[in-house]
Amino acid sequence: MTKLPDQAPESLGGYIVHGVPFPLETDPESLAFLKRMAPIQIEQGYRITYLHSYAQDSPWFAGAANRRLLATRAPSSGYTYATPRGHDMHSGEATEWIDITDRPARVHAFTVCHFGSEEFLPETPYVLALIEFDGVDTLFLTRLLGVDPDQASLDWIGMAVRPRFLRNSKLKPTDVYFLPKGRGA
Amino acid sequence: MRPVYAISGGVSKFAKARPDKTFQAVVKEAYDYALADIGLEAAAFTRLVDGSVASYFSDHFSRQLMAGIMAQDYLGLCPKPSHRVEGGGATGGLCFQEAWKSVASGHMDVCVAYGFETMSHVETWKGNEFIALASDVSWDYPVGGFYSGYYAMMVTRHMKEFGTTPEQMAHISVKNHINAFANPYAQKRNRYSIEDVRRAPMVAWPLTRLDICVMSDGAAATLLASDDGLRRLEQAGARVRRPLVRVTGIGRGTDAMRMSDRPHVDYDTFMTEYATEQERSSDDTRAYYKRLWDHGTRYPGVHSFRAGRTAGNMAYRHAGIHDPLKELDFIELHDAYTSSEVQTYEDLGLCRYGEGGPFAASGKAFLPGIDYGLKLPEKPVCPVNPSGGLIACGHPVGATGLMQAVFAIWQLQGAIQHHFGDPSLQVRNSQRGAIHSHAGTGTYVTVTILEREG
Repeated sequence: MTKLPDQAPESLGGYIVHGVPFPLETDPESLAFLKRMAPIQIEQGYRITYLHSYAQDSPWFAGAANRRLLATRAPSSGYTYATPRGHDMHSGEATEWIDITDRPARVHAFTVCHFGSEEFLPETPYVLALIEFDGVDTLFLTRLLGVDPDQASLDWIGMAVRPRFLRNSKLKPTDVYFLPKGRGA
Repeated sequence: MRPVYAISGGVSKFAKARPDKTFQAVVKEAYDYALADIGLEAAAFTRLVDGSVASYFSDHFSRQLMAGIMAQDYLGLCPKPSHRVEGGGATGGLCFQEAWKSVASGHMDVCVAYGFETMSHVETWKGNEFIALASDVSWDYPVGGFYSGYYAMMVTRHMKEFGTTPEQMAHISVKNHINAFANPYAQKRNRYSIEDVRRAPMVAWPLTRLDICVMSDGAAATLLASDDGLRRLEQAGARVRRPLVRVTGIGRGTDAMRMSDRPHVDYDTFMTEYATEQERSSDDTRAYYKRLWDHGTRYPGVHSFRAGRTAGNMAYRHAGIHDPLKELDFIELHDAYTSSEVQTYEDLGLCRYGEGGPFAASGKAFLPGIDYGLKLPEKPVCPVNPSGGLIACGHPVGATGLMQAVFAIWQLQGAIQHHFGDPSLQVRNSQRGAIHSHAGTGTYVTVTILEREG
């Protein structure tokens, strides 16, 4: 049997209140009573739009918009970052761009998110995965599609996967996502 | 460096919401408690204190910048020196160590470390969004990353690599919740079974709601003093509890913000740079790690925290600890998740990497004399989170690391009965304890050792 909810969902909002309870007189007894009042709580909205720059990482997003998965590499050691970095952590030297779209890739770790940040709650359940690539030293965080969120299994770790790109780029890291190899056209 | 004593502390009761008081007034509750414990009035203490360090994590939760100075002025500590520290979940641990530095260096003789967080002003999932902004906003947050998801990914790797099970992790939830039953400061005081933990709503597979700490409103404060500071306080009428508690070890470590950037080092690098002194000197352990590496394990990857290992090794060296499991009488560690308590057992050298799961279910980290409703194969050796930890006490971020310090001070003073009104959580004859504060996915970690004198 389906589990029935035993609690109504909570949210802010509701009627707008006018008139705040307060003693009719400010005599000493009434003023002393103010210490026994419940606190007044108000709603304060806050919205802001940031002009965020991808800066030195921008070519990655241009690549994803054109269905290429880019990474960066330290020229002298060849240490390669699946999530691009402008400078190598070990030598400090500037990295160079490489294309890893067709590299063999596997799931390194994953989870199924049944909850999330407010922004992503409508998308639950979704699968997050860290992807490892042949010849690449670091991982890439992505969404994994083509697996059943209700059948989470450690067997997913090590599974061969391939990147797939949004046709209509949103210029977000989710412009690329991964599927089990062999799934999807 | 001079000797530094942690002489007193106070904690507000952690609660889901404290609409009755502003954050400054909640800090004052903890501060006044710490002063009352040494029997000094605020005015007398203010004349002697040299300065303070403020600890809070997020400007988003209260939508108030420079909240630190508002606590400072509310406590009446202006114009004495102060600054705010921030390092995610480790903010409180960093704050305690900054106050230690102020006294150890000779810059101050008496210093207050206070911390707070007000997390109730936004709804839970907006709060999760704020905390998720403490991950890379170009690469991690926009994918739908949030902290329970990050920790769940770490633990799926830990499970795959080492065979750790959700039931082993659930032992930690049972332990910490039942410990908190005797801690009046804890937000959650419930008795759960392994089945309760596993049947709770799934948040991020395999972590359920009972594997994860809750958001809180709360504050904590500790008072630190040098020998001179102690003398001056006592000349002014303070009654500082004996035995004295001295800070004897300080350690910190860091790692990359993005989990994806963590290195995967080879066996030789691990043994040289990260193995504990104990691990390096044991033929059996070196062979054990060789086998792990031969099977493909690399360090730290996403299953381990090299920041925690680095901090632990540094603090142990400072305090002269060689076998932490035997030489520490208790540990208050950052159990934001049951899985991170498992990972931290390994980082702190209580067991070897890969053995955290069986260690969690062994009984070694439980308190003696408490009925957990579990069959535990071994006797308690070093109780971990005797207070109930973050999972049961709550996690008002800026207060958390200082809460651990306060509980550790009370343990070492033998004063748990006095403060909790119940002796069950007192670790008998405790001489030395550790506190461990942890940020992000293991980005900043602090370990501090406290010892009773005599």
